[in-house]
Amino acid sequence: MFELLGIPPQVLLGQLLLGLINGSFYAVLSLGLAVIFGLLNIINFSHGAQYMMGAFVAWMLLAYLGIGYWWALIASPLIVGATGLLLERFALSRLYKLDHLYGLLLTFGVALIIQGLFRNYYGISGQPYQIPDLLSGGQNLGFMYLPNYRAWVVVASVIACLGTWFMIEKTRLGAYLRAATENPVLVGAFGINVPRMIMLTYAFGVALAGFAGVLAAPIYSVNPNMGADLIIVVFAVVVIGGMGSILGAIVTGYGLGLIEGLTRVFYPEGSAVVIFVIMAIVLMIKPEGLFGRAN
Amino acid sequence: MTEPLLKVRDLNGWYGESHVLHGIDFDVREGEVVTLLGRNGAGKTSTLLAIMGILSKRTGSVVYSGTETIGMEPRHIARQGIALCPEERGIFASLSVEENLMLPPRIADGGLALNRIFDLFPNLHERRRSQGTKLSGGEQQMLAIARILRTGARLLLLDEPTEGLAPVIVQQIGRTIQTLKTEGFTVVLVEQNFRFAASVADRHHVVDQGRVVDMIDGREIDANMDKLHAYLGV
Ligand SMILES: Nc1ncnc2c1ncn2[C@@H]1O[C@H](COP(=O)(O)OP(=O)(O)OP(=O)(O)O)[C@@H](O)[C@H]1O
Ligand SMILES: [Mg+2]
Repeated sequence: MFELLGIPPQVLLGQLLLGLINGSFYAVLSLGLAVIFGLLNIINFSHGAQYMMGAFVAWMLLAYLGIGYWWALIASPLIVGATGLLLERFALSRLYKLDHLYGLLLTFGVALIIQGLFRNYYGISGQPYQIPDLLSGGQNLGFMYLPNYRAWVVVASVIACLGTWFMIEKTRLGAYLRAATENPVLVGAFGINVPRMIMLTYAFGVALAGFAGVLAAPIYSVNPNMGADLIIVVFAVVVIGGMGSILGAIVTGYGLGLIEGLTRVFYPEGSAVVIFVIMAIVLMIKPEGLFGRAN
Repeated sequence: MTEPLLKVRDLNGWYGESHVLHGIDFDVREGEVVTLLGRNGAGKTSTLLAIMGILSKRTGSVVYSGTETIGMEPRHIARQGIALCPEERGIFASLSVEENLMLPPRIADGGLALNRIFDLFPNLHERRRSQGTKLSGGEQQMLAIARILRTGARLLLLDEPTEGLAPVIVQQIGRTIQTLKTEGFTVVLVEQNFRFAASVADRHHVVDQGRVVDMIDGREIDANMDKLHAYLGV
């Protein structure tokens, strides 16, 4: 048995795994924020609430309609994405002519309303959500025990991140998106419907939050505040990675999850703040973020 | 005489409160290459932007192929068959050369096939995997022209395509415009390079302070040299 600075490998690997799982949520959530920020120039403050909605919709689908985890994994992001679509179409799109601050205020207000509504109807105690049968149990890897569901969360988040990255960087649709991010006026003058693209992009970013919410449902209890706590950290992740950078959001998300995990091993007192400390340092040294472009 | 393809009447345009187009009038017949000439700030670019709908605060009439477009948004105007090659070229840095080229969607049949475009601009083929803005200025200009040729748009608005380019590239762009003419494209060309304009265009319009103040036939250009020099202040 090897030991590192007197730390048993089980503890180290266990915390790294935990970090990787947190990092999975950071990555998917900050990716959604980055996609939205890239095209809309709006910091989507309702992202945490939309993540919470993803978890709640999955829970409601099961509780009221008997629809299980795997269908919820598809249906819940679609439903939450649809609410995002309506929000963009009827509220956000009216604010683009104004300062971006108004979009931020609107999404912040919407987050408070959504969280308030769910708190009102479901209380704050939280609803349990079962791990799907297929993923119950775990693997004994010899040096540690790996719960199947946690392994799945990592895999699913990687698929979502790589899929999104591929779509944006490698497809024709993504080329429209990148072009519209740079120069929406010219893209419109080529005959492309930019307002619709903006609407669908917002809905997609929101659907990613909903997807993360479904992934989270069996791990954390489904409660109205689950997004509010997490999203603060995710904003820090986005600041560190650089606003609007797709790859930056993904890499920073996983990376910071792991760093947080390591901190929990070597200096547990610092684990709750390490991301914010890194954010402060990055803001001082490279304000545009590690992967951001300076303008 | 047949109806012109583009008929611009009393076109006025504003940037916010600033009134810059004061009643532009001109016609372009199908298959013609016409220029808008004029000093810096005369309103040439603004005229193209107003036709395209990008300068959105505008009044008057712009009839393209029998359809009034003055109340339309840029994307609908584009879908009528008008395409812009902007003064600043508008090459996207986050797109490869090929992606830049393929970006504008096809709006009608009759655009140039990709291999024809690469015949016209062999450099673009060689560098199709490069980042769009890694091209030289001349190559970026060619890319900006090339990408509006495959869409099926019939009226091309080219804003100073020779600006800041070396003479051999200016010649290549000149040959390209000749080719476009034989392919049946209609071109509105904004130019400062008067000699270049004279070599490619059928007709010239002189723009001054937001109005078309004169029109000179390409064949009568020698007789009108003095007048033109006075207009353009060269
Ligand atoms: N974005 C803008 N906002 C306000 N005024 C503008 C803007 N763009 C151009 N103008 C003004 O509109 C007038 C016409 O400009 P325009 O760009 O159409 O001229 P131009 O003939 O294309 O000149 P150049 O040969 O320098 O390109 C000028 O007085 C210019 O200062
Ligand atoms: Mg100009």
